[in-house]
Parts: sequence; C-alpha cells; structure tokens
Amino acid sequence: MLGPQHSTFVMYDEEFKRISVVIDKLLRESNSKVIFLVDKNGQLIAGCGETEHLDTTSLASLTAGNIAATGGLAKLIGEKEFSILFHEGEKDNIHISIVAQRVILVVIFDQRSSLGLVRLRVKKASDELAVIFEDLAKKTADAAAQGGGPDSPFAEITDDDIDNLFS
Amino acid sequence: MSFINYASREINCKIVYYGPGLCGKTTNLQHVYQKTAPEAKGKMISLATETERTLFFDFLPLALGEIRGFKTRFHLYTVPGQVFYDASRKLILKGVDGVVFVADSQEERLDANIESMENLKVNLEEQGYQLENLPFVIQYNKRDLPNVTSLAELRELLNPDNVPDFEACAQTGEGVFETLKAVAKLILLELKKGSGG
Repeated sequence: MLGPQHSTFVMYDEEFKRISVVIDKLLRESNSKVIFLVDKNGQLIAGCGETEHLDTTSLASLTAGNIAATGGLAKLIGEKEFSILFHEGEKDNIHISIVAQRVILVVIFDQRSSLGLVRLRVKKASDELAVIFEDLAKKTADAAAQGGGPDSPFAEITDDDIDNLFS
Repeated sequence: MSFINYASREINCKIVYYGPGLCGKTTNLQHVYQKTAPEAKGKMISLATETERTLFFDFLPLALGEIRGFKTRFHLYTVPGQVFYDASRKLILKGVDGVVFVADSQEERLDANIESMENLKVNLEEQGYQLENLPFVIQYNKRDLPNVTSLAELRELLNPDNVPDFEACAQTGEGVFETLKAVAKLILLELKKGSGG
C-alpha cells in the first residue's frame, strides 16, 4: 500500500497523466483490448481501451477480491504473493499482475495478441509504473507532513456539506 | 484507506458491513440498492453460494453527490458471516474506512453477536486497526421479530463505547439508511480531521 495502511491514497493530475501515457502505450504495444489499474482495495485508478461497454467499477472490485484471495492462498503455502494471475476464456483473456506490490495492472486481450506478448510488455510497463507510484508515494507523504496539502478538499468541509449529500 | 483522486476529482471510501451469519448484512445492501436512484448506483455484486449464503462478499458502489467539487463515492461491502469463512472476512477488512456491525436482535443469536464482535476486533487488529479509532456504527436488526433481546441489554453487551447505534428491520428497510448515513458522516468527518481542517 502507499504509506501506512490508514493513510489516504491520493492521485494527482500530473501522475495521472504519466500513468495514462504508460498504459496507453502498453495497450498499443501489447495489442490488447482494455487495460486498467486498480488499487489493492478495489478502487479504480485509471483505464484505457474499449472500456465504455465494461462495468469497470465491478471489475475493479472483483479483481482486488481475486488478488486478495490469491494472496491469502500464497501465504498459506509460504509464498509472499502470486504476482501474476491469468484467466483464459473462449475469446477474451485476463492477465492480472501486481505492480511494485501496490497496485494491480489488468490487461484484457483476445486472439489479436498472445500471452507471451502481453507478459513481455507488461513487464516493461510495470517498471515504468513502479517509478511513477514511487514518486506519488513521496508526494503524498510530503503533503501529509505539511498537513494535508494546499488544496485538500476536506479541510473546509462543514456539517452542512455532509448533510447535503443525503438530502 | 480512502482514495482521493485529484485527476478525476473523486473521493472513494470503503464501508464494510460485519456481523454474524444471517443477521441481515446482505439484506441491508439489497435495500440500499433497491431504494437508490439508478444514476447513483452501480451494479450490486453478490458472490454467494447456491443457497444464497454470502461466500466471499457483496459489493455495491454508491455515488452520493459532490462535496466541494469532488464526487463522493462509497463502496459498500459485506463479509460472509458464517464462522468458517474467517480467512475471507480478514481480506475484506483490508483498507476499510468505516464499519457497520449488524447485530441479530433475536435472543438465540446473542452469543453469535458477541462472538462476531470479538472476531471483528481481532481481525481488525491483525490489519493494524483499532476498532475504537475507526468510524463505527452498530445496527440492531430484526427488531420486528417477537423474540428479541431488549435494546438496553444489547447496548450493554455490544456497545460499551456508545458509538452511534440504530434499531432496524432490514427486510422493510427501517433504519437501513439511517445506519448508512451515520457511518458515511463519521468517515467524512475523519477525512476532515486527517486533512488538518
């Protein structure tokens, strides 16, 4: 996870753009259909490709559940984690991998690509993503040290703001 | 662990419904799902056995509206209540922002409630959390049934810290949204505290 478990995971514009560049490139180079990044708690971080007909929120949650369950299995047999999962379907396949022990990279592809190609490209993209998430963790830690960052949306929140959500 | 996304201007928080088997966790989520406007909810996912007992979790994404220009999303999860699914329960508690404990008010389930509450504390501690420090509310469900434990006794046994608690009948929906609102509010106040506001 990013920082201690209780801290908030923050995504900034700059890193989001850098991540988008990497996964767009991965989409092209691996000839895949859809790529998305999910944090280990099931929150969708970014996605690209043919996502419009997909329920990405559900996919994100189930992917994280899948990784959590597989991680539980790994521990039971004395492994730290299983860093790659692969699900093969009739037409579409899902390749799931853990990036920098923090986030989950999901690649959906069909017969236009192959497992070998996806694995190769994912490995390269993972290294690039790891650097970005490292930067992000640093940035978040710095902002937390300064008391939440300059434009934290919650610093000024009022009881009325919260009540309005439920009206 | 909440997720603040400045790029898409979204805040995501995770709420977990905990409690003994058959106490009504899934029923809570089903009621929220049925009564929420289509544009505010995603698909509800239930990973259940053939007899509709929760196997891994139920999941319901909710979008509540905006705070200061940020879309506020809550991801509601239930755990499997049956005792032998403990490994799965631990996994679902990872990254939790707030907990709802659903108690089964029936007299014969009193021990099961207490056992489940202890199990919640143990499992949270394993993840490095203390229940006292988390946004936490309790719901006494099935208040409509004839054989219920008195509210005073339930409070004494399950709610020594006096966290917000609610009587409910999840089947009819009574108390369901009150419970959800209370925990959501505590989570947002916690975020405010965390941001130095």
